[in-house]
Amino acid sequence: MLKTSPETLVSQLLAGNRRALARTITAVENETPESVEILKALYPHTGRAYTVGITGAPGTGKSCLVTTLAQHLRQHHKTVGIIAVDPTSPFTGGAVLGDRFRMRDLSGDAGVFIRSMASRGQLGGLARTTYDVMRVMDAAGFDIVIIETVGAGQNEVEIVKAADTTIVVEAPGLGDDIQAIKAGILEIADILVVNKADNPMVQNTVRALKAMLDLGHRQRTVAHHGQLMVQTDSSGAPEYDFREVPIIQTVAINGQGVPELAEAIESHRAYLAESGIRQDRHRARLQSELVVRLKEILLKKLLDSVPDETLDDVVESLLARQMDPISAVQFLLAHQM
Amino acid sequence: MENRKIRVLIAKPGLDGHDRGAKVIARSLRDAGMEVIYTGLRQTPEMIVEAALQEDVDVVGLSILSGAHMALTPRVIELMHENGLDDIKIIIGGIIPDEDVPALKSMGVSEVFGPGTNTDDIVKHIRTVVSV
Repeated sequence: MLKTSPETLVSQLLAGNRRALARTITAVENETPESVEILKALYPHTGRAYTVGITGAPGTGKSCLVTTLAQHLRQHHKTVGIIAVDPTSPFTGGAVLGDRFRMRDLSGDAGVFIRSMASRGQLGGLARTTYDVMRVMDAAGFDIVIIETVGAGQNEVEIVKAADTTIVVEAPGLGDDIQAIKAGILEIADILVVNKADNPMVQNTVRALKAMLDLGHRQRTVAHHGQLMVQTDSSGAPEYDFREVPIIQTVAINGQGVPELAEAIESHRAYLAESGIRQDRHRARLQSELVVRLKEILLKKLLDSVPDETLDDVVESLLARQMDPISAVQFLLAHQM
Repeated sequence: MENRKIRVLIAKPGLDGHDRGAKVIARSLRDAGMEVIYTGLRQTPEMIVEAALQEDVDVVGLSILSGAHMALTPRVIELMHENGLDDIKIIIGGIIPDEDVPALKSMGVSEVFGPGTNTDDIVKHIRTVVSV
């Protein structure tokens, strides 16, 4: 299918050709041999887009929120790239990607580009190549890239590695204050959104989230036997560790609360820039990406250098309890060609 | 390392009242290991072609029950051509009278599937026309 050469594709993409952008994303998503050259060539053009991650349980209204947020950003003359990830079947490898269905109001706008991605077996809420696809959109010149994760449970926190601002979407009626103090998805939020705020239960959800957030403040007020006890954190941690996470109430289907959400994103962006945290995060991210890529290549090299029969023999000795897995690894490392 | 999947857009152009059939097709293509982008009811030809371009699909499946297939299909094909998407295969499902099928095929439609089609036949057809 990829009849155009990688060089042509890259230059067309940088010139704003949407077809070239779509085909580049396909190459990257499929991890074709050409995609390696493409990603190398695009890298110098990346690092300009601001990335916003949207995550939360299935049915909380992420896709609708992405739509109204993108509409708001378009009114402020920002171009928007959207990556919407949905799950791949673990049984057949197929997927129904239905986020676009809810984003129909964005069609016909040349300042928006929506791409649906299947998670293709990757856990954590994103596909293996989502980060690279984000880079492709970044190079294509979008001001903001929004990534919507797979409907996430408690542990799908990969999005923080890709996004500058992570928004966790909750909806009324999904959990109590014990859910709110658990580790995981709520911890990663830079902004919490309680969507479907026209539901009368909304105040319960907001209260539970507020109580959870209060426990992490430098000055926390704890209700104890009917009294309010004020405690001050004296650990000496820097002030920015105690940034207040805003809770924004929205009704995504009619856009209520979306301007406030956009404002919260803007203020988080300013905070990341002023504190230098954005730069630190980008550095840490690149370092971990480097390690992951190295691991993959080194592992492949090692496995390629070990004859299949040797590997089979080792597995047999493990099965017969003649060798333990740790010694097996040491044996393979010592005998690589 | 290469990991290629057949991508199919399932869309309903025009003013149909329901999309049960389209959902059945989306589901069976999913079960055949394809990635299906489902855009649902009341799409204009412009919306469908824009989605096909952005999603870089191999196949566009149009479901039409309204009887407007002879008006909507040429428009979709014309827009596909204008956008350089001639390599994308188009299949049609829904209520299409037999006498219209030759005309649709001569416009460039790859196949027409009526009510009662075995979904395996659709899967087979897609696997034949899309070279992976």
